[in-house]
Amino acid sequence: MYIEEWEKPGVPKPNDAKPFPGEHMYVNMGPSHPAMHGTLRVLLKLDGETILESVPEIGYLHRCFEKEAEVKTYTQVIPYTDRLNYLSPLMNNVGYCMAVEKLFGCEIPERAQWIRMLVCEVSRICDHMVCIGTNLVDLGALTNFWYLFNPRELLTNWIEALCGARLTTTYTRVGGVSRDLPQNTESVLKECLKESRKGISDVIGLLKKNRIFLDRTQRVGVISKEDAISYGFTGPCLRASGVDYDVRKAHPYYFYNQLDWDVPYSTVGDSYDRLFVRFEEMLQSARMIEQILEKISSGPIMVDDPQIAMPPKSRVYGSIEGLIQQFKIVMHGIRPPKGEIYSYTEAANGELGFYIVSDGSDKPYRIKVRPPCFAIYQAFPEMLKGHMIADAIAILGGLNIVAGELDR
Amino acid sequence: MQEAVETLKKVFGSAVRESDSIHGNESVVVQTDKIVEIVRALRDTPGLEFNMMMDLCGVDYPDRNERFEVVYHLYSLKNKKRIRLKVRVTELDPVVPSITSLYKAANWFEREAYDLLGIRFEGHPNLKRILLYTEFEGHPLRKDYPINKRPKTLPTPDSLMK
Repeated sequence: MYIEEWEKPGVPKPNDAKPFPGEHMYVNMGPSHPAMHGTLRVLLKLDGETILESVPEIGYLHRCFEKEAEVKTYTQVIPYTDRLNYLSPLMNNVGYCMAVEKLFGCEIPERAQWIRMLVCEVSRICDHMVCIGTNLVDLGALTNFWYLFNPRELLTNWIEALCGARLTTTYTRVGGVSRDLPQNTESVLKECLKESRKGISDVIGLLKKNRIFLDRTQRVGVISKEDAISYGFTGPCLRASGVDYDVRKAHPYYFYNQLDWDVPYSTVGDSYDRLFVRFEEMLQSARMIEQILEKISSGPIMVDDPQIAMPPKSRVYGSIEGLIQQFKIVMHGIRPPKGEIYSYTEAANGELGFYIVSDGSDKPYRIKVRPPCFAIYQAFPEMLKGHMIADAIAILGGLNIVAGELDR
Repeated sequence: MQEAVETLKKVFGSAVRESDSIHGNESVVVQTDKIVEIVRALRDTPGLEFNMMMDLCGVDYPDRNERFEVVYHLYSLKNKKRIRLKVRVTELDPVVPSITSLYKAANWFEREAYDLLGIRFEGHPNLKRILLYTEFEGHPLRKDYPINKRPKTLPTPDSLMK
């Protein structure tokens, strides 16, 4: 059919053309598909290539985190938190330990607080780089992936120097952090930030005027401000919809109120906005890291409380009190007083909440994780309605759904 | 938020059963059948405006008369304040009115509480299991569910088509 013919009255335009009127097709997306980022399954009801309805099914990565945590001591739960959002495990470590510390009512030393802020911002950059990089691969832009993953590799190397693992970090402890920063942290991180900034500006340069990218992301998967609030969105997805809520600004923890930074937010709430809010957040995190490196104070990295912290090895081998203290903590665990706490931090995807009920024993009575993804993924069917199958992939990547924390 | 607790006590009187504040978290236990009204009041009263439901979960206390507790965490974007609401239900009749009509977020959170603890939410549009598969027997977050129990049945592949 020639273009002129479309203009004739009575001839259906390509967009209105329906290959099989009245017939709907059901297509399974996932659970095992490279573009489904983890194990997510969505059943799509299609009219041609247009999505009429969709039903997501979750739980493929369910591994009973909450049940498992009830039979582990407070310290033993920390490695499990690595596996929640496995793109930024350090932030889960921090979020969990902060909740338990609030139960104890203990304040961790200043240096430990600065270190925690530092590792959080580093892993935020890593997380956003994965999210943006893989989302762009889904859209067919592979180059950007390398531009973002190369600097991320440097940051991951630093994390490896910090705690010996690249992803399963288990870095924090209740009452502080497990070890001090590696010696050449300042120079290494400055180099990393330089590379990261370069990568980010390269990718932005490739995207900003790219017709294909703009067509694929602008006005795609729009979620309004009201809906985003009602769905319980937090983090970059909420900020892309026009709410400047960030836990670090609204309820500053540690020393976030001493840093000079801005909360980036946008107004439309489409895939494009969600990506660019993340770009801007990475730059803000880089700003924060530089300030933290300047302001970080020296001092102890663990709280000096025999109820919580292991004694230094010199005291264990040199005195009977130290030995008893070590024995008590290893054998009996740490015991927060009876009570309950809802503690929240700003993780890469939004508000990561831990609701912990303590019955005074060495094991948590109940832990409930409030994963930011869980609330966000709920809105996925609404975002898909009326879009093409290919858009589903573009939208999903921008939401950064991590099955590890979605299914727990 | 102390103000919210005072308002609730004034408006709903005896429907507010207990209130406390540990670690700076305001917490209120309310009557189960009044939960929808109370949440609506918290959401819509000017000055309170708890417009986000951050979290909803169930907790199992087998030793209590009212075995299950459903815990709501609400947040007010405007006032930057939080409040925790709790309702209690018995093991024989674990039914809580659903708040899906007030917050879209409640849908999946309530399904999760149903899935893992067996608390039913009246008025929920689609109360099905969410993390586990349809044929799963029992509710694993109950304290009497053994930690090492292996499920007998296996999931069927297309539970969504039903």
